[in-house]
Amino acid sequence: MNVTLFITCYNDTLFPATGKAVVAVLERLGHTVDFPQAQTCCGQMHYNTGYQNDARHMMMHFLKVFRDAEIVCVPSASCVAMMREHFPKMAAAMPDAAVGRDVTAMLPRVYEFCELLVDKLRSVDTGATFPHTVTLHSTCHSLRGTKIGERPLQLLRAVRGLSYVELPQADQCCGFGGTFSIKNADVSAALLSDKVRAILDTQAEVCTAVDNSCLMHIGGALSRQRAGVRCLHLAEILASTSGEPA
Amino acid sequence: MSAAPLDSKQEILERIRKAVDSVGNRAAEYAAIPREYRREGAMAAEAKMELFAARLYDYGTSVYRCTTAQIADAVAQALSARRRTGIVVAHGVPASWLPENFEFVEDDGLSYTALDASNGVLTGCELAVAFTGTIILRHGPGQPRRAVTLVPDYHLCVVRAQQVAETLPEAIRRVEEFRSTPLTTISGPSATSDIEMTRVKGVHGPRTLDVVLVS
Amino acid sequence: MSVRVGKAAEAPTFAQAARGMLGNAQLRHNVRHATDVIRARRAHAVGETADWQQLRDSARAIKDHVLRHLDTYLEQFETACKAAGGKVHWARDADEANTAIVDIIRSHGGTEVIKVKTMTSDETGLNPALEAAGITPIETDLADLIIQLGADKPSHIVVPALHRNKAEIRRLFMEKMQLPELGERAEDLAGAARRYLRERFLRVPVGLSGANFAIAESGSLCVVESEGNGRMCLSLPKVLVSLVGIEKIIPTFGDLEVFLQLLGRSATGERMNPYNSIWSGVTAGDGPQEFHVVLLDNGRTGVLTEPETRPTLACIRCGACLNICPVYRQTGGHAYGSIYAGPIGAILTPQLQSMKHSQSLPFASTLCGACYEVCPVKIDIPEILLHLRNKVVKSGGAPLAERLAMRFAARAFKNGGRLESAQKLVRIAQKPYVHSGSIERLPGMLANWTQFRDLAAVPAESFRQWWAARQNKEKK
Repeated sequence: MNVTLFITCYNDTLFPATGKAVVAVLERLGHTVDFPQAQTCCGQMHYNTGYQNDARHMMMHFLKVFRDAEIVCVPSASCVAMMREHFPKMAAAMPDAAVGRDVTAMLPRVYEFCELLVDKLRSVDTGATFPHTVTLHSTCHSLRGTKIGERPLQLLRAVRGLSYVELPQADQCCGFGGTFSIKNADVSAALLSDKVRAILDTQAEVCTAVDNSCLMHIGGALSRQRAGVRCLHLAEILASTSGEPA
Repeated sequence: MSAAPLDSKQEILERIRKAVDSVGNRAAEYAAIPREYRREGAMAAEAKMELFAARLYDYGTSVYRCTTAQIADAVAQALSARRRTGIVVAHGVPASWLPENFEFVEDDGLSYTALDASNGVLTGCELAVAFTGTIILRHGPGQPRRAVTLVPDYHLCVVRAQQVAETLPEAIRRVEEFRSTPLTTISGPSATSDIEMTRVKGVHGPRTLDVVLVS
Repeated sequence: MSVRVGKAAEAPTFAQAARGMLGNAQLRHNVRHATDVIRARRAHAVGETADWQQLRDSARAIKDHVLRHLDTYLEQFETACKAAGGKVHWARDADEANTAIVDIIRSHGGTEVIKVKTMTSDETGLNPALEAAGITPIETDLADLIIQLGADKPSHIVVPALHRNKAEIRRLFMEKMQLPELGERAEDLAGAARRYLRERFLRVPVGLSGANFAIAESGSLCVVESEGNGRMCLSLPKVLVSLVGIEKIIPTFGDLEVFLQLLGRSATGERMNPYNSIWSGVTAGDGPQEFHVVLLDNGRTGVLTEPETRPTLACIRCGACLNICPVYRQTGGHAYGSIYAGPIGAILTPQLQSMKHSQSLPFASTLCGACYEVCPVKIDIPEILLHLRNKVVKSGGAPLAERLAMRFAARAFKNGGRLESAQKLVRIAQKPYVHSGSIERLPGMLANWTQFRDLAAVPAESFRQWWAARQNKEKK
């Protein structure tokens, strides 16, 4: 299948390894990947911080860039949630009814990375090997925004050598919340401290998730504490092989 | 404030009318509200009684099951178990429910102080709900006064099988004709969790509730 | 017009207030424990029902319907209440409500009033108004009594004193009720409150309540409670005054079958709260023989104006959103600077005040979505938070540094080329701060990040550059 990658702005800038991993997994499974260089951002940061007008322009740009894509793969649950929850409302508030039709036509083709693998490509086993102890943080947008549910776990379970440990209160927010982490840094840090404690208690070597935003937050604290636990996007684990380990 | 009450009313109503577009047929709109929740119970009579009794047990209520002919005996049993030699009898309680050898005081407008000093109160009820373990009291003429079911520290309530509905919607429909008279619903004895979330049973209402359940 | 929500207009920002709360270990322990307990109870009680989602759908549809026809339903309520012997007063704002209530109590020469938990009266600042008029309000809900005796502020909608522990409450009761011998168990403390209040219940001739539901067709009110203090205040006094927000209306008595199933389970995790009192006007020979309803606007009609924010008024004050909220769980209620705390407070407080105050509250959320999931009337709180954030930004309420950063980002996101240039710019800008691939200290607003966490440096090559290089290689 032809998969068009929407890497998302922060993965592009801060976590290129996640993008490379997505490409590696999809190509290994025999699919072709396309990356439109014109792509930028879904508008989530602006929308969530109160800059809806700016977000609208980003939505329009996204619709233009991905208009002809067959399948859009997004390795970020929160960006997918942004599109599904807010694009229709933003479009409905615009005078041009065509935008609403574009959104309606676009959304069924947008897949979060795990959804794409499990639901569309039916590839729960990606042929990965990752001989490490891993725990999974269920991000808010993967649970409540996109309802990805158990899919990340299904994918992890099929990875050779991987030992999975459940994260207590995995569904609790890590406290990132986009600009919340800056505007309400103290509360954000309090939430983060609970999350980090839970992760450390599992004795896992690696904490994974389907959102690099949360992992950047959690990983930042683990690094500050010199805790010796790595944060890796799920795609990077799925891309890992004994020849090319993550 | 210089404005007369009428002006406040008009102003509030005007603000509402300006804020919402309330055109459209209100009655038809109301009728079209989806109600897909459970409105009818499906339990057999005995299962329903069992569920109701189980809920009451769950609330710490003692349940005395009996037949119509045995009500007075069950009342005597309940009173003895609580070491009561007498009790206030609310309006609407038939004489046939009262066992011998106990002292019953008719509520002929007893003062709050008298109620406070009493050993408890015996009442019937209007309806009950099995699923939530709820008793519904109706007040007003010929019915127990609200104070009588509230101030005494012990409440013994007689519930008859035909009064037990399985679900709240069924009970609400059955009690609807009395919607303009005072109603009290009781689901277990009074309780609070205000202190460190520790559930304390019995605060201001009757601290003990017993039920005679008549099949 | 003096719309006010307690003293929220004078409150510090959420971030400022929260900082203080986070340092209070006792508070955080109490809040954590209380929310854990209620959440578990709620989950169990909701799990017992097979039709929870259907109940939520109906509740929301009923509320939406009422709000669209609020004028008609309020008038219907007034007519029915009057026909049943009640008197109806309309109050545009807090002062008007307080004045009406003071006047009623004064006309009976009352110097005391027994009160059953009513948040609306906290909203209007009724207690200070009563005291100024020489009337002593006696709070009778156990938690409210704890708050009142301790000259404290409520921190939760349903369990307002959850920030106090047993030892603190015991000390307070020993002192204020003069009980040197008081025991230590929760039962002992509840028993002390029973004795302390009973004498007042039997004696004080004026009662004051709020209402959970006001039924338009019958002019009835419904008060939901657990302790029995509500029944005491509603049925023993000679005169009863009920202060009711105009959004409390439901069309029919039958609609109770929906809301009573949702409220107890959501609020305290009970199948049904121990007591519900429903009454209409006055009943000869039973209960208060004089009954007044004060219908309060106090900013509610403003909330009604926008379809986006209108669902805020569907709230039935169960507190489930507080208990589930990760932010509330850390800070407790006081950080919100309002009697309405948690997610619902974050949307309600600023709106009641026409967005003139409490503008930091819509940002006091990680948008995790848990509040929407548990809301019994399906208020999409995150959606309303976003709407309010947009209003704050549009009215120029955002900090300058943030506005500039957002503008920079918005320009970068116009097309791929600009984004690539911006990435290069950031890579240059970060240079002084990067040590071994990591950033531990940043200036300005971003210091809020590095204060608690490291930041991985922007790598030398973005994904788009890697992709472009790969494509070039393939072409060759």
